[in-house]
Amino acid sequence: MCRVKKEYSLKTVEDRLGILESLDRREFLNFCAKITATLGLASAFIPKVAKAIEQGARKPSVIWLHFAECTADSEAFIRSTYPSTEELLLNILSVDYHETLMAASGEAAEGALKSAMAENKGKYLAVCEGAIPMATPPGPAGVPGGYLTLAGKTGIELAREVLKDAAAVICVGTCSSFGGVQAQRPNPTGAVGVEEATGIATLKIPGCPHNVINSVATIVNYLLLGSLPATDKHGRPLFAFGKRVHDQCQRRAHFDAGQFVEKFGDEAAKQGWCLYKVGCKGPQTYHNCPLVEYNDGCSWPVKGGHPCAGCSEPQFWDNMQPFYERLPDIHLPGVEASADKVGFTLVGGAAVGVAAHAAYTFANRKKFDGTLKDE
Amino acid sequence: MSERHVIDPITRIEGHLRVEIEVENGHVKDAWSSGTLWRGFEVFLKGRDPRDAWFITQRVCGVCTEVHALASVKCVEDAIGIKIPDNARLIRNLIHGAQYLHDHIVHFYHLHALDWVDVVSALKADPKKTSELANSVNPNAPKSGPGDFKVTQDKLKKFVNAGQLGPLTNGYWGHPAYKLPPEANLMAVSHYLDALALQSRVARLHAIFGAKNPHIQTYLVGGVTCVNDLNADRIGEFIGILEETKSFVDNVYIPDILAVAPFYLEWAGIGGGLKNYLSYGMFPQKGGEEPGNLWFPRGYIKNRDLTQVYPVDVSKIEEEVTHSWYKYAKDAPLHPSVGETDPWYTGI
Repeated sequence: MCRVKKEYSLKTVEDRLGILESLDRREFLNFCAKITATLGLASAFIPKVAKAIEQGARKPSVIWLHFAECTADSEAFIRSTYPSTEELLLNILSVDYHETLMAASGEAAEGALKSAMAENKGKYLAVCEGAIPMATPPGPAGVPGGYLTLAGKTGIELAREVLKDAAAVICVGTCSSFGGVQAQRPNPTGAVGVEEATGIATLKIPGCPHNVINSVATIVNYLLLGSLPATDKHGRPLFAFGKRVHDQCQRRAHFDAGQFVEKFGDEAAKQGWCLYKVGCKGPQTYHNCPLVEYNDGCSWPVKGGHPCAGCSEPQFWDNMQPFYERLPDIHLPGVEASADKVGFTLVGGAAVGVAAHAAYTFANRKKFDGTLKDE
Repeated sequence: MSERHVIDPITRIEGHLRVEIEVENGHVKDAWSSGTLWRGFEVFLKGRDPRDAWFITQRVCGVCTEVHALASVKCVEDAIGIKIPDNARLIRNLIHGAQYLHDHIVHFYHLHALDWVDVVSALKADPKKTSELANSVNPNAPKSGPGDFKVTQDKLKKFVNAGQLGPLTNGYWGHPAYKLPPEANLMAVSHYLDALALQSRVARLHAIFGAKNPHIQTYLVGGVTCVNDLNADRIGEFIGILEETKSFVDNVYIPDILAVAPFYLEWAGIGGGLKNYLSYGMFPQKGGEEPGNLWFPRGYIKNRDLTQVYPVDVSKIEEEVTHSWYKYAKDAPLHPSVGETDPWYTGI
């Protein structure tokens, strides 16, 4: 947990190179093991994963497009630790167009896009960040999709042009996947996900923003097998979105035991109990946050004491709000009772099937003493 | 005889920006800038639960993540008169301070530096002389031996020789507007890569008490949620990364600015707008009321004079749409609290 690197305190170049090289190799292989596990592959694949990352041949061309977004998915991407962002940018991928990182602007940037498309026709990976606005702005110059223009083209025009010749299209973040923040009611710009806008199938790595370990694992999968990973009905890779947050949550035992935070700042919050009653959407959300966490395994919202907002689910901005209100009755597998009733039942005293108003009273007890017991 | 040029997209920023310039005799005579994306935050925030507002407004920007969340959560607290616990004040100050550090490092090295640093010129540098330069700028410079700079140069050579220039494609390499000697360019490229690794660590400062970065998720109307992270392990890691970052800022970042600045002194007089600046202040200290307890004061300064901070009368703030793709019902500026949001697109 507490991995504070003191790179700058080492005195000589020789010392530093020697230590860092061996450290880097070991950490690199650790990373490969982590990615292999994230992808759900057997450990025998670790050397193959390492080889796929270290491949020496021509790097795959990546064209990264920004539509209606906040750039958090680009920022998330450059938080990669193993492989480092430097490795990704210099040795693993050829990021030929990326407005946040590239040196060129204006015509020179457009030129870079054109040549990357021409030289790698049918072979480049198109990565999309942001939703595509489809509505027509009011006013004399309003055209369909006119809420976003890039080099004089609308977002949808650019998307159609670039995506048609891509080997694969990867959507990073909930905006490009499903429309995201700007698509919430009343969706003033008619924003939709890239697949819906273009009719071109995309692999989606949602999250607000997405977790870099999932985009890197997808890319590794692509380098290793030449194809994109298997997906669920929403087009999300199963390795990352195959299980519910709720089923992988470190606080799940507290849910099962009926131990809930009733309000923020109470004794239960200090004990790290379940956040379901203060709005956690983990039971309806498919994402691997509890397993891989963010920023090199540092934390994730529930660990930070905050309810999961369901940010990897389509239209979560509408369907999961208000964020601090509980979901309607969530049933435990095989147990026909709501969280209130389960909690009530498990602490003893009360019979199964307690009246709803009694459960309500339980949930709203005047004072919480840190233990759950029958009143 | 003047010429009109369009630069669209402007790169290495957050958002979508177009700039048109009128050039006469090699000088910019006039310029027009346009943001070319509209998402409608003011529209879809309406009707939402006010406790959710900070969660939504944080998505204004993922580079300056957290700041819009903080402004929003403080706004709701102010509206309903909530005073947050002292630990929450401290945690918010730490998270917000970490954002300052991260944003400055990424802005200088990854967003801005390629306007001043000719990466291709770095291939011609002498690593030994680069080391001498680095040590003359700062005798405590880390990773500043000839071997260190040779490692960077070799990486760069390998990258360029492989023939796929990636983000460096079509850069303005060799343009006379680049003023740095090859050694200064190599030093800067080396630090660009160091900063790329470091920024990932600095972002971890957010994850420690904010659960993740970008877009932290432990703020809450009334305080913060990260009560379980207030332990020795988390605090120790925070201090460790903070010290690592401070060492980089003191020994690399600031010396780099001092090393590069003399080559671009003519730029020092360009820009600055109207030279009057406004800040709402930040970092509340223990006790007292805002704005009196703000470490970074609230107010405005006139004509770049930092010695005097004048109080702001927020009732005098006005928004107007004459040069924007909006229309108002009446052609008169409005206070933001009664502002209207009606897009009206007249074209670029």
